[in-house]
Amino acid sequence: MRLGTLLGRCLSLGLLVLGALAVLLPFLWMISLAFKPQDEIFSATVQLLPSRIEWANFVKALTETDVPRYLFNGAVVVLGILVFQILFAVPCAYALAQRRFKGRTVIFALTLAALLVPFHVTAIPIFLGFAQAGILNTYWALILPFVPTAFGIFLFRQFLAQVPSELFDAARVDGLSETEIVWRIAFPLALPAATAFAIFSITAHWNDLFWPLIATTDPNLATPPRGILYFRDEESGDDVGPLMAAAALITAPLVIAFLLAQRKFTQGLATGGLKG
Amino acid sequence: MNSETVLELREVTRRFGTQTVLDAIDVAVREGSFTALLGASGCGKSTTLRIMAGLDRPTKGKVLLNGTDVADRTAHERNVAMVFQSYALYPHLTVFQNIALPLTMRHLGAFGRLPFAGRLAPGTTDARDLIRRKVAVTAESLGLSDLLHRKPNSLSGGQKQRVALGRALVRDPVMFLLDEPLSNLDARLRVKMRGELISLHKRTGRAFVYVTHDQAEAMAMADQIIVMIAGKVAQAGTPRDLYDRPASRDVAAFVGTNAINLIAPEDGPSFFEGNTGDAVIGIRPEHLSPANDGALGARLETAEFLGSETILGLRTDQGKEIVAIAPGDYSVPAPGSEIRLGVAADRLHFFDPASGKRLEREHVR
Repeated sequence: MRLGTLLGRCLSLGLLVLGALAVLLPFLWMISLAFKPQDEIFSATVQLLPSRIEWANFVKALTETDVPRYLFNGAVVVLGILVFQILFAVPCAYALAQRRFKGRTVIFALTLAALLVPFHVTAIPIFLGFAQAGILNTYWALILPFVPTAFGIFLFRQFLAQVPSELFDAARVDGLSETEIVWRIAFPLALPAATAFAIFSITAHWNDLFWPLIATTDPNLATPPRGILYFRDEESGDDVGPLMAAAALITAPLVIAFLLAQRKFTQGLATGGLKG
Repeated sequence: MNSETVLELREVTRRFGTQTVLDAIDVAVREGSFTALLGASGCGKSTTLRIMAGLDRPTKGKVLLNGTDVADRTAHERNVAMVFQSYALYPHLTVFQNIALPLTMRHLGAFGRLPFAGRLAPGTTDARDLIRRKVAVTAESLGLSDLLHRKPNSLSGGQKQRVALGRALVRDPVMFLLDEPLSNLDARLRVKMRGELISLHKRTGRAFVYVTHDQAEAMAMADQIIVMIAGKVAQAGTPRDLYDRPASRDVAAFVGTNAINLIAPEDGPSFFEGNTGDAVIGIRPEHLSPANDGALGARLETAEFLGSETILGLRTDQGKEIVAIAPGDYSVPAPGSEIRLGVAADRLHFFDPASGKRLEREHVR
């Protein structure tokens, strides 16, 4: 019996370690290559640890290529998307959760239905529309399609539906307008949900390659994944060291952000509620 | 209209879909009065309060505040204060910010209210000082001075209640609306806060409207009680009116610490000297006590000794259960023995069996 549970634990732990390794291996390989000197990268033997730390790859990636530009573009696009998403999703969610109006359930049902539509379905119509409007190859082309977010509205609405409506009544008695209630009361209360949502949104759009590939051709507007692609073309796959250093630089902000917000993130997802 | 009336509801009806929650009710609240809206849950008392506050609109009827129709005004424009059952404190703000919020909304412009940039707005220093002073005075009067920097989560129930009161007090409203403010407190604290509310009412001199389902609370605090049953005003009057002359069987059943005995004609032969016709007779247990020459006889089933009094549970020969109260020094006979019970004639209530309405003595044949 005891042996059985021990074996079971060893088995599940082993499987978990294997899974983690499978996920982490490309990542570790990228880090390893980024720090390896040129001659070690294509050596015949598999060597995870470099013989010496080679910073030249990073220096080259940062100074001789457009990686800083890509990082800047990524930040503009990702933060632009997030700010506008929250600006629209929170008032919508508040209305759906706490206001009574005709067709509310229908609108909420449509929001849920919109969750099921993949972005790729709407990509072509949006592309054609943007072409007509002449805003392809701008930051707006990268930001606007993601501003209406069914997922964000849904997440915030679930959170705000749990807040007792008396709280909003109290705010009305205190003289707050509905808009002020949204930003002074509802949004601060929904901050855990907002953190979770921000992580999802930032990760998804920082890593997105599909839409930047369609909507922009201007290298100056390239987001990080799009930029890596240029990089590969330019270097014809020869200069793997700087390429890997650039890839590491591009993933780093996300990893750091997640580590910093990890606790808030799991909090926002796990409790989702409000006590007191 | 009486010039002293501060708030009046005229034939107010409220429907949610097909459901009529309030059915043409008339309510008048006098300046400086303490009015209790008393009723079971779902009787429409909270809806009435929300209509008074301006958080809800009547489907039909008028809301008059100091004689003017305020149907289109928001709660803030009416300058009424409301205290909620759950206290409804803003969890992300400190006690100071909670109490200050209504003043912030009144004294600072849209720009001055901004979290950080607002400090740069010209001319807001005086307003901020005024707010700080007013909050300090209010907090002092409620004993909250040491708690101003705490968040609501770290406060006890009684303290939260005080903060909620402070938020209502600080703006000097024309009237206070309280929605079951004591129901979340434990019994001991409730009695204490009851006293504090009464003294607060005296101090402010404003009209209080107090929603409760607890008749003892209403009787103890209010000078006017409005009993609501199924979306209608069943009776409005002083606590004494309600107790001595309940307008209907339902009001009689609702008011009084011990539930009134209601004896229908079919429950037994007329024990009351003289003919009571076919009226339902109501006798409060505290008016029904053992007496050797009593008009009513019943068998003793249970006896609860409470010190100052003993509550007797009895059953008549016809099987009707009745409750009587004996003085504390009454020696209780063995269960099953027959006891004679007496009641003073002027303590009897008569109700029409069909409509439940009160019948005056002269109408009883």
